[in-house]
Amino acid sequence: MSKSVNVKDLDVYYGDFLAVHDVSIDIAPKSVTAFIGPSGCGKSTLLRTLNRMHEVIPGAHVKGQVLVDGDDLYGAGVDPVTVRRQIGMVFQRPNPFPTMSIKENVLAGVRLNNKRISRSAADDLVEKSLLAANLWNEVKDRLEKPGQGLSGGQQQRLCIARAIAVEPQVLLMDEPCSALDPISTLAVEDLINELKDSFTVVIVTHNMQQAARVSDKTAFFNIAGTGKPGKLIEYAETTTIFNNPMQKSTEDYVSGRFG
Amino acid sequence: MTTATESARLPAVRNRLTTGQLPKRSTLYTVIGGFILAAALQGLIGFNWFGLLVFTGVFYLIAIYSLSLMKENRRKALDRLVSGLVCTAFILALAPLVSTLWTVVSKGLGILSWEFISTSGGAAHIDPDTLELVSSSGALQAIVGTLQITGLATLFSVPIGLLTAIYLVEYAHPTFWLRRTVNFLVDVMTGIPSIVAGLFAFSLFTLLLGPKAFSGLSAAVALSVLMIPTVVRSCEEMLRLVPADLREASYALGVTKYVTITRIVIPTAIAGIATGITLAIARVIGETAPIFMAASFTDSFNANPLSGPMQTLPVMAYTGYKFPGQDIDLSNNQAWGAALLLVLLVVVLNLMARIIAMIFAPKTSR
Ligand SMILES: Nc1ncnc2c1ncn2[C@@H]1O[C@H](COP(=O)(O)OP(=O)(O)OP(=O)(O)O)[C@@H](O)[C@H]1O
Ligand SMILES: [Mg+2]
Repeated sequence: MSKSVNVKDLDVYYGDFLAVHDVSIDIAPKSVTAFIGPSGCGKSTLLRTLNRMHEVIPGAHVKGQVLVDGDDLYGAGVDPVTVRRQIGMVFQRPNPFPTMSIKENVLAGVRLNNKRISRSAADDLVEKSLLAANLWNEVKDRLEKPGQGLSGGQQQRLCIARAIAVEPQVLLMDEPCSALDPISTLAVEDLINELKDSFTVVIVTHNMQQAARVSDKTAFFNIAGTGKPGKLIEYAETTTIFNNPMQKSTEDYVSGRFG
Repeated sequence: MTTATESARLPAVRNRLTTGQLPKRSTLYTVIGGFILAAALQGLIGFNWFGLLVFTGVFYLIAIYSLSLMKENRRKALDRLVSGLVCTAFILALAPLVSTLWTVVSKGLGILSWEFISTSGGAAHIDPDTLELVSSSGALQAIVGTLQITGLATLFSVPIGLLTAIYLVEYAHPTFWLRRTVNFLVDVMTGIPSIVAGLFAFSLFTLLLGPKAFSGLSAAVALSVLMIPTVVRSCEEMLRLVPADLREASYALGVTKYVTITRIVIPTAIAGIATGITLAIARVIGETAPIFMAASFTDSFNANPLSGPMQTLPVMAYTGYKFPGQDIDLSNNQAWGAALLLVLLVVVLNLMARIIAMIFAPKTSR
């Protein structure tokens, strides 16, 4: 149930502005890939093109190919909704649905897609997803309470639970731990390690240790200057990126001697 | 003024930070002083309420500024002066409102009775038993007319307005020509004087149905013309307040755009939308000119909005004064009664808006 992702010569635009230029990257199924790089180099932008969330922004478009298990995401006649059902996403900022309870939030993906689900199956799914997101113990007594009543870190884990409840084949995570304390961060990292057994995971992170801990391969992006497009500088095994990278700029960045 | 008062449970200590301040109640005392001075002045030059208010304000401002300047410093004096000015402006702005309400309530309360709201008529007629001219005073026809006409107008404008707003916010690309056209037209509609809306409905129905085509439906069309832009704008604003994050979260779960709008966006914004719609209703329910043109006026009961003149509360208030019946006093009283009923209706609508907003508000409490 896990898919590979192949990006070929991808240019990503916001209107006329070229944000990411000429990226090619092959992501193996059942692996964890980390995107690292300075702020504004287009990590989020590239990540969002992998499940066609990019085009939600007016004027945003791409040139090039993204293949998921060989199928072209941007091929003519591809329905972005179908794509997104297979490729889930966790955002940088927690965004639980304010009108829904904790339980409804977890079930949102299932319910809103008009899937019938029995009450006991729903309860099981809620428990399983919340356990996986390391949130179950904190919220099991108040599942009917609003999701926005949780702390920021709890909300983020709720969003993770919501994303994995629909069992995507690829999970994209945009700095999922930037609002979390070290313990929850560790829990999310453990979760990523477990998810790897069944999903393909791509994670954007500013935390070098995190990238080193969780990922199999790491992609380093950089930007030549403001207004210039972001580019993929180096993509290799994580140990290679952190221990003996090919590029000088990669070494500077991972060792903290950047800029 | 309350800087040094919160140390209730701690032993008092010397505090040099509080020197150079006016005593705690100085504002109140100065207002009272200003009031007495103003009253004294009024005693000399003749009394009126408005003058009393203005003079109190002026004396207060002068006194507090100079006192503060002497005892405190320039910053505080200016602060007190400006706070005083702001409060005075607020009270001045409130004065006409309170005065209007007072007039309506005091003049309308007399005629307000169960009979007034449960019987129709108002025209003088000959009592068959005594052969005397009696005039019954009822507003039922106007209440029914107002409710039907505004109800119909709401029925027309809410779907059109809400759907337009959804189109503008969720579907139209910002630079797409249709969106700019719709935006422009909504702006133009917002500026339409209500009498023009009335003329439009009147001539439309005259063209369709021939002369004297007065009807509640026609008035509802006129009100819709006035209501649609308000509904569009308030719904649009509320939909825009829904964070883009929520839409993206929904899309990322593979939820379609239609379901995202109906199950995520609208529920999140529903409190504001409901409030906006209620306020739009409250806004048109008091329209007089367009209803007068399109539905004319009548004293007889007509609950069929499709044909015949219909009475409404604002028109009743107007005609009661402008075209009084045999019994002029009664007509005038009826006008005030209708005005009071109208005010009450608007109050009820506003309360409803509050309650709706409270019920639908996103739940954030723990
Ligand atoms: N909605 C948008 N419209 C136009 N330009 C955008 C938009 N979002 C991002 N950009 C631009 O695209 C470029 C890449 O932004 P992106 O958010 O992908 O950076 P990032 O690598 O994720 O940075 P960070 O680490 O700070 O999250 C930036 O120059 C940014 O200004
Ligand atoms: Mg980012």
